[in-house]
Amino acid sequence: MTEAPDGSRRVPRPRVAPDGGLDLKRWRGRATDPDADRSRAEDATPEAVARLRARSRALLGQLLRPHRRRLGLAVTLLLAQNAAAMSGPYLVMLGIDHAIAPLRAGDPEPLVTVAAAFATASLTEYLARRGFLTLTGRIGQAVLLDLRQRVYGHFLRLDVAFHERYTCGRMVSRLTSDLDSIAELVDGGIDNLVVAALSVLSVAGILLWLDLPLAAVTLLAFPFLFWLSRWFARASAGAYRRTREAVALVIVHFVESLRGIRAVQAYRREERNQQIFAAVNDDYREASLQAFRLIAVYSPGIKVIGNLTVAVVLAYGGARVLGGRTEVGVLAAFLLYLRRFFEPMQELSQFSNSLQSATAALEKLAGVLDERPAVAEPERPVALPTGPGRGAVAFRGVSFGYRPDAPILTELELTVPAGQTVALIGPTGAGKSTIAKLLARFHDPATGAVTLDGVDLRDLADAELRRAVVLVTQENHLFSGSVAENIRFGRPGADDAAVEAAARAIGAHDFIATLPDGYATEVHRRGGRLSAGQRQLVAFARAFLADPRVLILDEATSSLDVPTERLVQRALGSILRDRTALVIAHRLSTVEIADRVLVLDGGRIVEDGPPAQLAAAGGRYAALHRQWRDSLI
Amino acid sequence: MPAQSDGNPAARDDRRPHPLRNLWRLRPYLRPYAPEFGWLLVLALAATAASLAVPLVVQRVVDGPVARHDVAGLLRLGALALVLGLAEAVLIFIRRWTQSSSSVGMEAAIRADIYAHLQRLPAGCHDRWQSGQLLSRITSDLSVIRRFLSFGLLFLVLNVVTYLAVVVLLIRLHPALGLLVAASAVPLFLISRRFARHYHAASRRMQDQQGDVATLVEETAQGLRTMRAYGRGPELAARFAGGARTLHDTGVRKARLLARTAALFDLVPNLTLGMVLVAGTAAAAGGALTIGELVAFVSLQLMLVWPVQSLGWIIANGQEAATAADRIQEVLDTPPTIVDAPGARLLDRAGVRGRLRFERVSFRYPGSQAPVLDEVDLTVEPGETLALVGATGCGKSTLLSLVPRLHEVTRGRITLDGHDLRDLRLSSLRRLVGVAFEEPTLFSMSVWENLTLGRPDAGEQEVRAALALAQAEFAYDLPWGLATRVGEQGLSLSGGQRQRLALARAVLGRPALLVLDDPLSALDVHTEALVEAALRRVLRDTTALLVVHRPSTVALADRVALLDGGRIVAVGTHSELLATVPAYRAVLSAGPVQRHDGAGLVRS
Ligand SMILES: Nc1ncnc2c1ncn2[C@@H]1O[C@H](COP(=O)(O)OP(=O)(O)OP(=O)(O)O)[C@@H](O)[C@H]1O
Ligand SMILES: Nc1ncnc2c1ncn2[C@@H]1O[C@H](COP(=O)(O)OP(=O)(O)OP(=O)(O)O)[C@@H](O)[C@H]1O
Ligand SMILES: [Mg+2]
Ligand SMILES: [Mg+2]
Repeated sequence: MTEAPDGSRRVPRPRVAPDGGLDLKRWRGRATDPDADRSRAEDATPEAVARLRARSRALLGQLLRPHRRRLGLAVTLLLAQNAAAMSGPYLVMLGIDHAIAPLRAGDPEPLVTVAAAFATASLTEYLARRGFLTLTGRIGQAVLLDLRQRVYGHFLRLDVAFHERYTCGRMVSRLTSDLDSIAELVDGGIDNLVVAALSVLSVAGILLWLDLPLAAVTLLAFPFLFWLSRWFARASAGAYRRTREAVALVIVHFVESLRGIRAVQAYRREERNQQIFAAVNDDYREASLQAFRLIAVYSPGIKVIGNLTVAVVLAYGGARVLGGRTEVGVLAAFLLYLRRFFEPMQELSQFSNSLQSATAALEKLAGVLDERPAVAEPERPVALPTGPGRGAVAFRGVSFGYRPDAPILTELELTVPAGQTVALIGPTGAGKSTIAKLLARFHDPATGAVTLDGVDLRDLADAELRRAVVLVTQENHLFSGSVAENIRFGRPGADDAAVEAAARAIGAHDFIATLPDGYATEVHRRGGRLSAGQRQLVAFARAFLADPRVLILDEATSSLDVPTERLVQRALGSILRDRTALVIAHRLSTVEIADRVLVLDGGRIVEDGPPAQLAAAGGRYAALHRQWRDSLI
Repeated sequence: MPAQSDGNPAARDDRRPHPLRNLWRLRPYLRPYAPEFGWLLVLALAATAASLAVPLVVQRVVDGPVARHDVAGLLRLGALALVLGLAEAVLIFIRRWTQSSSSVGMEAAIRADIYAHLQRLPAGCHDRWQSGQLLSRITSDLSVIRRFLSFGLLFLVLNVVTYLAVVVLLIRLHPALGLLVAASAVPLFLISRRFARHYHAASRRMQDQQGDVATLVEETAQGLRTMRAYGRGPELAARFAGGARTLHDTGVRKARLLARTAALFDLVPNLTLGMVLVAGTAAAAGGALTIGELVAFVSLQLMLVWPVQSLGWIIANGQEAATAADRIQEVLDTPPTIVDAPGARLLDRAGVRGRLRFERVSFRYPGSQAPVLDEVDLTVEPGETLALVGATGCGKSTLLSLVPRLHEVTRGRITLDGHDLRDLRLSSLRRLVGVAFEEPTLFSMSVWENLTLGRPDAGEQEVRAALALAQAEFAYDLPWGLATRVGEQGLSLSGGQRQRLALARAVLGRPALLVLDDPLSALDVHTEALVEAALRRVLRDTTALLVVHRPSTVALADRVALLDGGRIVAVGTHSELLATVPAYRAVLSAGPVQRHDGAGLVRS
């Protein structure tokens, strides 16, 4: 499926569209994984959409469950507020119908009563509203916090292959933009939504109580309102889903192109980037526009229904008053209540906007939370055998490929006794890093098993595995923060002395000491403050501090100058003495400290033995070794 | 960590411009829509007028037909109410429909401009900005501004106008009661002012913290493999929880602030209504007011509830927009320091011989004390290949980055064929220079696009040749050939594959000047030899500056320069230097380490 149909080498045409403009569609190229760009749950089929919606509802339920009590209180406050607010027009009616006549007769008492009731109602409304808003603010923020942490934690648990598919920008977009749109609902809309819903209900009740026939006419509006709202909910759900996707693409492009800004500038890529950005930005604009247009129809639609009802009530109610079947005051109150009825509906339509946007975002997040890590923690973890001198590693019949149809390793057999230092060499692309990643359980083998001290890695708890096995990756990464913090990443509990000792052991102390703030120097984003070699040294110190049973070094010294590399190697000699180590290196100098050399080619081990023996044997290693020897001075 | 590396903090503290100044400065984006905005306002006002007229119709109904038992009049007035109601809805529809396109258009335009500006800012600037902070500016901050410009601003104007109109109507209905309602504006104003001040600070804090959280997320995403390798998930989660909790606390504080004010905005109109009711009833009893007038008065006054109530949200929204605008202007106000000089010239590829000279070049990273490069003098003759050798951290990469002007020299100058680089158009200079960084920077797009990053016009043959030179023909064997998307940062390729693609990109199109930073470090001995052989053919007639760590690669160079302590301490052929310069031997020698002066060789 991922193979070019005829298996031939594909050469793309130059990307200039006929009109001379650049073809913006094809710049991203074809992903090798058809599922790239989304979590598996986010399919476009109707069933998948329905499933996701169900999931996101369940998620919402889970998020709200811990706050049941507070929610109950909030609803009570809301009811109180609403009752107080609703009493306003009723009191007006009382005032008009029952206070004027006594007042004319010189009895102010009814008026005083009405006024007192009005003041009480206003005060109640104030207190209840304030309490309600504070409380819902708290609940909302707590839910957001919970959600944020859940999603972040889940991203951390998901495997490397998922992240390679999903990309950093999309993860960022989920955790920022999507959460923002939920936050927007939380701090602007949710109370309006509930207030509106409640006051609609209570007004309906009051209207029925005031004058049944008049209310019946009013309630005729309901089916229309319902129908309109359902149409809007359906249409806007799709529109907002598209918005979420479009903004993710904007973020992906933004994050990636600014991360590579040096290459962008050196290669004058700015213009084309701008075009691409304009394209994704415009897609986002279009998507938002569509969503906003829907509300531009919905909101006046509600208005039409509302005003129509008012006109009908006015005429019909007037007629009823004429017929003497109802009082003028009732008609007045009725019209006032109608206003109270449709105004919140209006607000409701405003905020159903945020609601739909938040729903779409929640669905995306539910999709992520629904994703199961392919490299999962075991149900029942097996403990590693304890005792000194552990760290035996074995690959048993391991086959693996990043794509099912392109195996990288086939039936790999390898046993490394505890304490042995093994050098892994071979041409680029042979699969060396792949072996390292399997041993560090970034991926699980397709068949066969990787074991540590006889335990399948799949049966080890993640924390235990990481304590035992540390991989210094080829593309080492420093986090922004100080040098010390970065080294301490290897063992969070380590004190300053331990950090410094680790740096000294691998020869990084000298350069760190001369940095402006020593160990406290900020390394900036991705360690940009340091030179490439310095970054490698810090990464090395970090691994040293972690002090694992099994240390895997993937090209950990490739950017060092020769003497520094020597120093590191010398240190390695002692560090690795009582540890199992897998050292991947192109510089054969590293190999000299190894007990054993493996030559890997095309995913197979083609030579295996102690370095001296292999060098003498006249095979591949011997040739490489000779070539390398000759290059030295 | 958050604020100090964020933008130019100086601009924030010293002078205190008006809080809304930066929002005001965004008006050019509003300008294309200004006439439209005017129309919309008129429409909105008309709609409001229509809705205001309805209670007056009600008054007529109560006082007229109902009192006079006039059925025809009743129907007429009912029809009038209907027409007014429909007119209102249609006007609202037109306003919203038009407005939606202008507001998202504005948002997109600002976003594109920020992006364009960011692309112009030099790499040094980007190192200091936190990426998450930038990101939250183009997403959350912009949408806050969009919301304000599309709703907040309009409703602010609309609500104030509605308020005034209603008050005028009320005063006309009944001057004393009307003035009472008008007086309620005073407490409202005081409350608003206080609220605005507090909310401003809170919303800025919130936005900064949002940026911090975004930064944390992005860092995590990028360092995910390292996190895995060390199993530091729990620690990162704890760190994130810290950031998220601060955000939560600020959010709660903001909500409390808003709750207090919003409730007050409810209370004031209610109390006024109560007073009107009492006074109005009394007046009606005294005969100074008809019942119909009282009903109209009260229902008109109820129309004030929503405008006043929403004032809290609008002010909050406005303050958020103001601080968001501050944050956006902080980016836009950062001047791009590396730009074309006035009268900068173009240099033609054909006319370039390629003599590169560093003349007393010094360089210091902004914010650090000691210079990395100190009066470097170095000449690379046309067609020559010069290898730059030196200890880890001595400034080799820094020196190379000066050539395509990714950083600007602090003192001295660099010339190409006698032209100061600063007198050349940036684009022209960068077209002449092919660069490969020590970390191959690949993007998640097709291999082809990655290769032709700087030369979108490159043809198939050129690409094939470049790939052949870099021994990177493996690219044709990828599932979709050159159309295959390489993963983010090229992570779906092996280390050596990435480096070879980056090398192919640098040599594509035969640049006049090649600047390669340790280009073969990730290659095995055998592939390295093949690439070297191919490179040698290219380098024969290209001026090249290479950073080299291995003796094997030094063989590519005609001459070698040794960088030490920020200066070029020796230049010569490899064998000359080996024979005469002990420091050179020390840097390249694989022999036992001589720790001269007892210190390591790594410089900082
Ligand atoms: N994440 C990935 N997704 C898909 N394919 C990959 C991925 N990582 C590596 N590959 C492919 O697997 C093969 C082996 O890669 P690997 O990284 O193991 O090579 P390597 O021996 O470490 O090479 P190098 O010395 O260049 O680092 C390569 O062909 C590479 O393109
Ligand atoms: N952004 C920065 N701000 C301050 N100092 C920096 C910055 N980037 C690098 N440095 C410092 O400048 C010095 C030179 O760095 P540079 O990357 O040029 O070294 P290098 O010679 O290329 O080393 P390597 O061989 O390790 O690649 C280093 O000591 C480094 O710590
Ligand atoms: Mg590798
Ligand atoms: Mg360097």
